[in-house]
Amino acid sequence: MVTPLLERRAAVAALLKDRGDLLVVTGLGSPTYDVHAAGDRDDNYYLWGAMGGAALVGLGLALAQPQRQVLVITGDGEQLMALGALATIAVKRPRNLALAVIDNQHYGETGMQASHTGSGIDLAAIASACGFAASGVLRTLPEVEALAQALRSTAEGPRLHVIKVAADSPPRSMPARDAVFIKNRFRAHLGFAAG
Amino acid sequence: MDGADGAQTWPTALYRVLKAAEVRQMAYVPDAGHTALINLFLADKDVVSTVLTTEEEGVAIAAGAWLGGQRSVLLMQSSGVGNCINMLSLPVIGRFPLLMLVTMRGEWAEFNPWQMPMSRATQPALEAIGVKVLRAETAEDLVETVSAAAALAYDADGQVAVLIGQRLLGRKKW
Repeated sequence: MVTPLLERRAAVAALLKDRGDLLVVTGLGSPTYDVHAAGDRDDNYYLWGAMGGAALVGLGLALAQPQRQVLVITGDGEQLMALGALATIAVKRPRNLALAVIDNQHYGETGMQASHTGSGIDLAAIASACGFAASGVLRTLPEVEALAQALRSTAEGPRLHVIKVAADSPPRSMPARDAVFIKNRFRAHLGFAAG
Repeated sequence: MDGADGAQTWPTALYRVLKAAEVRQMAYVPDAGHTALINLFLADKDVVSTVLTTEEEGVAIAAGAWLGGQRSVLLMQSSGVGNCINMLSLPVIGRFPLLMLVTMRGEWAEFNPWQMPMSRATQPALEAIGVKVLRAETAEDLVETVSAAAALAYDADGQVAVLIGQRLLGRKKW
């Protein structure tokens, strides 16, 4: 019997349920909409561009805020554009950074063209080979809920989990596209004055 | 600005300027011209240094560092600027402070023609995406220029690149 694929919105909502003081960075496209749909918050930083940058924005943030847990939620296409980032993150070995790749094996924003992850490229295995402290491929809601629980505490090093989801396009749930507003709101949440 | 033994002293002066500006993160792709400055940061326990696989990673890290309340500096050579272009959308549209120190290749006593196309494109490409470019040709001017660039970046939320002339760096020895 084939397990039906997770709905992306349900998976992201489960990942962020009872998130506590987790800081969240999103990759452009559907992950940004998914996180916004789960609830717009001051401690979300949404990317609308800069493809390949999400995990590294998370790294800079995690290094600056070592007492806080940082979760990057991005897509398979966005992370594929930055395979080298996995090496850079692994070398820094932040204990407070986790990556969740919402993997529908397609480029949803541009017309559902197939991505490499549908052709056998395994981002969790790549992260593991780089030396991430934890990695895995999740396909069920209970697995996502267990990950959400695990993300509340630090690990021995960075973590990357691929969450396999159906290739559908739920209605867009769009946060503000004003990057300055979102930046200042995020920084104010951490107690920093606007520039 | 050479010491009595002929060693260049500007990297130490730059390090002091960046420390005075409260830089807490440094990211870099290894580069001969930046060797001394990189080593000073690597020895500094109060600055988190991150080695990159490609330069645009550092642009994203700088934005994340600022979200977390820290100032950072990004070191690269001119060929790396080309790798950064789309990622620069992030600091430009988000007005994130960004200070890039770029050692130039392909413009003075260069032996490798492959360095020349990106050398020509460095300043126009940075300016096209919206990064302010300052240039220094002497060690004295470099230190003052980086100090001014740090103010533009951290005080005025600017995206600034300081191009360090290849003549200043000296002829590459093989």
